[in-house]
Amino acid sequence: MTHDAPACERDTAQPDTAPDMTAPDMATQGLSLAYGSVAVIEDLDLQLPAGQVTAIVGPNGCGKSTLLAGLSRLLKPRGGTVLLNGTDIRHQPTRQLAKRLALLPQQPHAPEALTVAELVRFGRHPHQSWLRQWSLEDKRIVDEALDMTGLTPLAQRPVDALSGGQRQRAWIAMAIAQQTATLLLDEPTSALDLGHQVEVYELIQSLAASGKTIVMVIHDLVSACRYADHLIAMHQGHVIAEGLPGETVTPELVRRLYGVECSLITDPATGAPLLTNVRRTRDALDGSAT
Amino acid sequence: MRVLTHCLSFGKPRSLIGLWLGLSGLLAAIALLSLLYGAGDVGPARAWQALQDLGAAASYDSEAHFVIAELRAPRLWIGLVVGAALGIAGALLQAVTRNPLAEPGLLGVSAGAAFAVTLAILWGADTATLRVSVAQLGALGGCLCVLAAARLQGIGSDPIRLILAGAILSGLLHSLSSLILLYDQHTADEIRFWVVGSLAGRQLDDLVPLFPTLGVATLLTILLARPLAALALGEHVAIGLGHHPRVVRLLVIVVVALLVGGATAAAGPIAFVGLVVPFAARALAGPDIRRTLWLCLPLGPIVVVSADIVSRLVVPPSELPLGVLTALIGAPVLIGVVRGRRLPTL
Repeated sequence: MTHDAPACERDTAQPDTAPDMTAPDMATQGLSLAYGSVAVIEDLDLQLPAGQVTAIVGPNGCGKSTLLAGLSRLLKPRGGTVLLNGTDIRHQPTRQLAKRLALLPQQPHAPEALTVAELVRFGRHPHQSWLRQWSLEDKRIVDEALDMTGLTPLAQRPVDALSGGQRQRAWIAMAIAQQTATLLLDEPTSALDLGHQVEVYELIQSLAASGKTIVMVIHDLVSACRYADHLIAMHQGHVIAEGLPGETVTPELVRRLYGVECSLITDPATGAPLLTNVRRTRDALDGSAT
Repeated sequence: MRVLTHCLSFGKPRSLIGLWLGLSGLLAAIALLSLLYGAGDVGPARAWQALQDLGAAASYDSEAHFVIAELRAPRLWIGLVVGAALGIAGALLQAVTRNPLAEPGLLGVSAGAAFAVTLAILWGADTATLRVSVAQLGALGGCLCVLAAARLQGIGSDPIRLILAGAILSGLLHSLSSLILLYDQHTADEIRFWVVGSLAGRQLDDLVPLFPTLGVATLLTILLARPLAALALGEHVAIGLGHHPRVVRLLVIVVVALLVGGATAAAGPIAFVGLVVPFAARALAGPDIRRTLWLCLPLGPIVVVSADIVSRLVVPPSELPLGVLTALIGAPVLIGVVRGRRLPTL
């Protein structure tokens, strides 16, 4: 893999001290990801803006979850690198990385009867060791995470007794307790109804406002436009558009991504692009007719 | 003081410590009973008198003294160690396979240890030390077979099918062991009683070779408890928290092999203890593996030592082998667990 020389210089020039204070810069260089012999993503260069909400969107099977797995070291790259603060994440011990990069898989499952507080305490694992177990500092951070997610009154309730939105907030609270500068989320609102979706998205926005870099994979393009600062559209393993949602989303992009026609208007309340009159393209209709 | 209470606050601190103390008290009472009651002539009253005499310089009842010091006390010690080892091994195996039915005896781990020891005795090995390492190697082989089966399509995700795979492995190994016993009279005499699982006739010397490996197993268990608890949240979450699920799983398998191999070398294959004990521990303390492990420590010996007492009393003056008794207790529990509301997920 050959790297873009100026990009390398820029990345290594980033100060590597106090990762929690300066917002990190996450990027990929020539990243190739594969499951077994099936290549999903090849030679991908990507910049993820610091302190913002980035949404990765695209049709089923476009490689967006694979990309997230690569970013979060769940999937070892076949080639290229994932850079966090200019350092290859593979060159960092997984525990050190866990202090900088939190990860929430799609629909995580908590054991029966595990309480919210117990779940959030797991977020302190990368900061604890055999010499330094549970401390007052940990307790303060866990309480803060519960507070930020509005779960303090529910702290002693079992996670599986919560509503979908509360449950997802509890998992996010665990990631908050990890005190990382970057948070990766895989479809954080799948299987949630509208009210619970908004509950989770607003929490994610407030986290970005407090300085965290958020990268999330989501299905719903409208929510991506509404809540993300930066949009990455993927199609067949390639990034086909990225940038501000308002500037990136066009009827052509929607057609290419999902094979549907639509009209775009601007949400008068939020300024986000809104998809209206979504319908199948003539091509698709012709295809189904023959 | 406040720092201390915070340090100990793992959710339900008081209830866990209370439970643990209560169970330890119960265990002490049961241990006393196991010294007082037996299949032989020395009844509880004589045994009690002899126990009080133990502290004194001279003992007046030499027969009772002999029965307690040489027969019942070694049995009790071995029961304590074997119970704790099997209970903890069961809890670990269930956590690592995320299967509430994964039990060393049911999954062929004990059978692997027993088969290895049978082979070793057939080939002339006779020292207790060798028996322990051979049993642990056999247990490791059994563990690896189980894990290989768990990786097969559809078996790992279905608790019942994993148990079926384990039952097949157990059955096969038991048959092979029986075959060897049929053909080799010397081996048969050597281990006939051992192979059904029993605490009878054990000496304290049988316990000593266990200590090095049990020490290693204890140390590893302490180190593994936290990552194992995180693994219950799912493999990806555990990686996100900075753990190494593969390393953790491999080490847990080694610990299970050390514990089950050691216990089997001392008392023969004893099934169902590793199922009943963690099941009770989870029911008492919730799903967190750290609390489960703490409670398995007194619960395992409680089950094994009580079963051993009962085994001496049901058919006096003979004894029922312990392995038979734990199966009689454990099988209904297993059926109850499987038939009851949907299987608890781990």
